[in-house]
Amino acid sequence: MNTKRLMLGNEALAYGLLKNGCQMACAYPGTPSSEILSAVVSLTKEMDLDIHAQWAVNEKVAFETAYAGAQAGLRAAVAMKQVGLNVAADPLTSSVYLGVKGGFLVISADDPGPHSSQTEQDSRLMAVMAKLPVLDPDSPAQAAELAGIGFELSEAFELPVMLRPTTRVCHSRQSMDVEKVDIEWREAAFEKNPGRWAATPKFRLQLHKELEAKLAKIADYEPTRPRLVSGTPEKGGQAIVVAGVAAANARDIIKERDLDIPVYQVVQPFPLHKSFIREMDAYDEILVLEETWGVIEMQLSDKNRVKGKNTGFISPAGELLPENVEERICAFAGMAYQAPQVTALPGRRPTLCAGCPHRASFYAVKKVAPKGIFTSDIGCYTLGCNLGAVDTVTCMGAGISQAAGFTIAYAKNKKQPPVFSTIGDSTFFHSGITGLIETVTKKIPYVLVILDNRTTAMTGHQPTPASGRDASGDPCVAVNIPDIVKGCGVNFIKTADPYDLPGFIDILKEANAYCKENGPAVVIAEHPCLLDMDKAELAASFKKVTVNQDVCDGCGYCVSQFECPALGMDNETEQVCIDAGLCTGCAVCSFVCPKNALVLENQE
Amino acid sequence: MSNNHQIIISGLGGQGVLFITKLLAGAAMADNLPVLTSETHGMAQRGGNVISYLKIGDFSGPLIRPATADTLIALKAESFAHHSYFLKPGGLAVVNSPDPVEDGRYRVFSGDAAALARAAGNVRSENVAMLGFFLGAMKDDARLFNPDSLARMINEKFQAKPAVAQNVLSLLESGMQLYPAR
Repeated sequence: MNTKRLMLGNEALAYGLLKNGCQMACAYPGTPSSEILSAVVSLTKEMDLDIHAQWAVNEKVAFETAYAGAQAGLRAAVAMKQVGLNVAADPLTSSVYLGVKGGFLVISADDPGPHSSQTEQDSRLMAVMAKLPVLDPDSPAQAAELAGIGFELSEAFELPVMLRPTTRVCHSRQSMDVEKVDIEWREAAFEKNPGRWAATPKFRLQLHKELEAKLAKIADYEPTRPRLVSGTPEKGGQAIVVAGVAAANARDIIKERDLDIPVYQVVQPFPLHKSFIREMDAYDEILVLEETWGVIEMQLSDKNRVKGKNTGFISPAGELLPENVEERICAFAGMAYQAPQVTALPGRRPTLCAGCPHRASFYAVKKVAPKGIFTSDIGCYTLGCNLGAVDTVTCMGAGISQAAGFTIAYAKNKKQPPVFSTIGDSTFFHSGITGLIETVTKKIPYVLVILDNRTTAMTGHQPTPASGRDASGDPCVAVNIPDIVKGCGVNFIKTADPYDLPGFIDILKEANAYCKENGPAVVIAEHPCLLDMDKAELAASFKKVTVNQDVCDGCGYCVSQFECPALGMDNETEQVCIDAGLCTGCAVCSFVCPKNALVLENQE
Repeated sequence: MSNNHQIIISGLGGQGVLFITKLLAGAAMADNLPVLTSETHGMAQRGGNVISYLKIGDFSGPLIRPATADTLIALKAESFAHHSYFLKPGGLAVVNSPDPVEDGRYRVFSGDAAALARAAGNVRSENVAMLGFFLGAMKDDARLFNPDSLARMINEKFQAKPAVAQNVLSLLESGMQLYPAR
């Protein structure tokens, strides 16, 4: 069976994992990495394989789980986005000293742009810091290829290997040959060796020395050597070094412009091959095109000959688009370049979907504490900033600790603003619980609203520990959010549906009053994500709201303060209108209009 | 190089930009052409402007440079305003708009795909009508955009729901009529 398929980069990565005998795959979802594990699941089902695929509670847990598989001699992989690697940095750095038995791939997807991330950080720099080799694919097909090379490299040196795709690899699709996968099964065989697997600091020094010796050899490893992609090697003159998606873009441009400069593609940016560094010493001028930081560039020996990110020749911020690559290559090679005219219109800002239960929760928070401080977190609900109900977004779980920090900072002021923290269910499990315990012990006066939509919505509806289904969709044990909150020591716990806006507002008021004397009050806003709901169920619960044209004075309050995509102003009548194509029939807006012009039909 | 074709598909999150990108890509693959696409995921999918790049032929990079695209499918009039700069001079655009859209730099055709979708009973199927509009405009280039390959893909995709496949195909057909006969 050999068929051509249009493979998403993340599917190609999953295919590369399976094709090369990966038996355990763990992940926490995060754009642009999320589809890797889902594709492992779907390919496993399609090819009738028995691979362990797991959505873990966070990246650290995912890493440690998969790592143990590699300690026991299996091929294993963990996938996450670049900021997720920060969460897993602790096991990452230690596991590099201890090493592996089975091949272990750490897939960390970077997001130059950034398109859907807090930072543009370069995971390859994390690889430099943790001292493990990193591979940098330029396309879905190469990502699949490097998964195989990565496993070989990992087993040859008993070291974890990082695979670092970027958004344009993960979310590109390429026509590729796909064949049926047969895995040669390995049995787990953990060889006890406390001197290695549980090494004390004294032995860690020895392990560090061994690691350095391994890295020196990896800088001479044949299969990952830089590849000459065009031109003829010369002594003197110019050379271009490319990596990742910049390599793919550069190839098109060099071919189109018929450029004769030698071009080398680096697939292993760290450690950079020693012979390659010597080879580059022969050139007078070297252009390095890579994302996001100058990792290859910083390992070249004579910085005076290099033009790249670190020298300022290439912008250190933002995505390296093909037009930037073309313009920079032309500038480097002394060729004329005509910049195309690009219109930059403001564009629509993303917004919560029509009928999103988070919108109701945010509106309620704003109503109860108009002068409050609103700390929030990472997920769809970050878009609560459009509603003025999200003041801070830092990183996963930070909203709870920051709520504590704000109440402490204001403690000696004459007046203390109410502090409301909002966090999604998946983020709460990921890293909210530890912060919550801290605020209980300090009796921090704030209200925590857990936005429980029963899924990890933003990244494509992966299950949470409360969902009761695993990565394959099979039933598994579900944990209960109120029980966890209670277990953390919270005494005010109420669960309510934010669609019942007046009732929900009353509970938030009660929570706000309670927390002032007694410490954290937790309200769980429970309503499933509509994108995850059965269409028939949605249709059955549809409640029709109409605009009473005798009452609506076109004040626009609902449009600006509730910001539902289904609500708009009719330019002719100068009244509010409801877009029937978008309205989901949640009827929450009927509580929002101060003049009661949004009326629930059949309501007497 | 003559086989190469670059298409921009632009719309709003939720309009089904990805759906028609995959259909066009699949049809080209069925005709043994190499395909590269790139798409928008994550936060922008929540109602923001989304764009898909579709490159058929001999390419390495997944993105399309400004002023190099052969064609543009704009699922909203505003999508044309946003992303027409990707078109090469004289490039072809089909725009979902009841009113005429004019731009002297390109060959622009507009049609009311929204009305066709409404008439077909599914206001969210404008994307299919626009795909038909595009096929109509490209009918002289059936080598790249073979309506038969596309119909096969649709039948395969909705194998379990033949009624849906029929609706999609008939909306595709009426979309093709949006392109003015010459």
